Amino acid sequence: MNGAASALRCRALVKRYDGGVTAVDGLDLEVHAGECFGLLGPNGAGKTTTVEILEGLLGPTSGDVEVLGMRWSTHERALRERLGVSLQQTHLPDRLSVGEILTLFRSFFARGRSPDEVLRAVSLEEKRGAWYDKLSGGQKQRLAVACALVGDPELLFLDEPTTGLDPQSRLQLWDVVEEFKKDGRTVLITTHYMDEAERLCDRVGIVDRGKLIALGTPRELIASLGGQEVIEVTLAGGAHGEGSLDEAAAAALPGVHGVRRVADGFAMAADPLHVALPALVDHLRAVGKTLDHLSTRHASLEDVFVSLTGRHLRD
Amino acid sequence: MTERARTPPTPGAPRPTRSALTELTLARFRLFFREPSAVFWTFGFPIVLAIALGIAFRNRPPEPVRVAVEEGAGAPTTLAHLAPASDRIKAVVESAEDAHRDLRVGKVTLVVVPGPPRTYLFDPTRPQARLARLLVDDQLQRAEGRADPTPTADRAVTEPGARYIDFLVPGLVGLTLMSSSMWGIGYVIVELRTKKLVKRMLATPMRRGDFLLSFVVMRAAFVLVEVPVLLAFGWLAFDVRLSGSPLLVLGVSILGALAFAGLGLLVASRAQNTQTVGGLMNLVMMPMFVGSGVFFSASNFPDAMQPFLRVLPLTALNDALRAVVNEGAGVAAIGPQLLVLVVCGVVSFAAALKMFRWL
Repeated sequence: MNGAASALRCRALVKRYDGGVTAVDGLDLEVHAGECFGLLGPNGAGKTTTVEILEGLLGPTSGDVEVLGMRWSTHERALRERLGVSLQQTHLPDRLSVGEILTLFRSFFARGRSPDEVLRAVSLEEKRGAWYDKLSGGQKQRLAVACALVGDPELLFLDEPTTGLDPQSRLQLWDVVEEFKKDGRTVLITTHYMDEAERLCDRVGIVDRGKLIALGTPRELIASLGGQEVIEVTLAGGAHGEGSLDEAAAAALPGVHGVRRVADGFAMAADPLHVALPALVDHLRAVGKTLDHLSTRHASLEDVFVSLTGRHLRD
Repeated sequence: MTERARTPPTPGAPRPTRSALTELTLARFRLFFREPSAVFWTFGFPIVLAIALGIAFRNRPPEPVRVAVEEGAGAPTTLAHLAPASDRIKAVVESAEDAHRDLRVGKVTLVVVPGPPRTYLFDPTRPQARLARLLVDDQLQRAEGRADPTPTADRAVTEPGARYIDFLVPGLVGLTLMSSSMWGIGYVIVELRTKKLVKRMLATPMRRGDFLLSFVVMRAAFVLVEVPVLLAFGWLAFDVRLSGSPLLVLGVSILGALAFAGLGLLVASRAQNTQTVGGLMNLVMMPMFVGSGVFFSASNFPDAMQPFLRVLPLTALNDALRAVVNEGAGVAAIGPQLLVLVVCGVVSFAAALKMFRWL
């Protein structure tokens, strides 16, 4: 399979709802065959609308969508046979068993994997005979993904697959996605968990208010902050009064790249940390400020989002 | 992270043995039988209703009319004259005050004031009271010496086929077919839509027709259970006999179920939540519940309303079922009713498919 071939492409995608709300506002996107692409953004950013348009479940107001080289208007059935879809929320029938649900979904596809094989892939073999309403949240979500896998898809859509799950369940779901990727298949995943995107995605696109505001590998996006590390400080006296900081002066310190205000203090990207940290401490002593708190951590995609929009992902 | 054995992909695995339509229909059956309340409302409720109504309206031996004779000089003679007819007339002597009170509260239907002239106090708008007046007067006049010019004899006739329960059972079959088709399709589809399951299935290559057809197949199959169960119950418990062809009863029932399946689909075609569809469903069913002759004959309604009542699908279904069950009618005799059902089914299905909101 040619790595540069495109599995999914949309241009100038716009979706405006009847009430005048513009959910998607001129989005361009290309997902390469064989990659795991993450759409990142806060709730209401237009991720789900975008994905449902790509899945052929919603019509765009304008714009152009191409999936596996085909279009929804002309090749709907052929496309459905080759896509696996897991919606943001699906309530499967409470009183059907795991095995019955998978057999039902398998029957919709001309070709696919056996329900037993897919159950093994999502580690639900023991739950084969259990009714859906007896499953835990994580098991339900893995079953939803299993329903998407049972048609042996080339392209898998996962819309917030781990929202609301406990850490253990998230890890199990990540295993399933990584297993799927190993076969050189394509995944489009939406999430508002940064760690999930960093762990699973080859490339991510950050979406805000219906627009793509950043695109690249997680490493590239973090590098765009100017530093791999983040220093967070809180000064005695509060960020606006006694404890305020001359942001321009701080940004000019060696190793410090950009300073921004956070809840009760300041955060700055730092690279290299061993240069930035002593310089910052010296500077604070020189201007007579007292540190209440100082911590450092690795920069994440969350920092990228905050530096681009000034808001947190879960605001 | 644990390294899990890689599952070999098996592209092109053979098609499963069962088709999507079969699997969808199986799922419908499983979901139905795993919902105890649905099973009760479909199978148990009509039987409970038949038992209750059968008991309430059972054929009782004719009851004597209750009469009060006002105290006074003529009272003992009057009472003596009524005594030979005690199987039809139950008379007591009371003070004028008590007699009037008993008449008012309905303990007696007639008060006799011996006279002369003998006076009868009764409410002429009550058939029971007019009957009592005739019986009592007749009995007293005869006892006092009136001779009838022609001798008469009575013979009692109470045959199965003409009782209230015989009328009721086919009506309950019709009612059951209506409510289980409408709820079983309309409500369930809207519930699936609210749970985004319809959307989820449309994201697969599933054919939309298969999805809808699975409901129709289930309804038709259910008729084969619902109708025999109710008719067998009516026969065993109340000796309600099936005069016509059992196959014709099933045929009429399936046609009725499909007509209501179409209506159910139509009601559910745009509703976005179960409250809405529940309200719409009651709006559609209530007029038929009252006007289509389930519990009492639709001919009790004024003539001006009859044309409307006749084209209601439940009226057509009930009339056709009664004709076959009670009178042994053939296909030709119930042609107009079958036509109403076919038209209702075709029109509602077509409209539902046109309006149906899939996502």
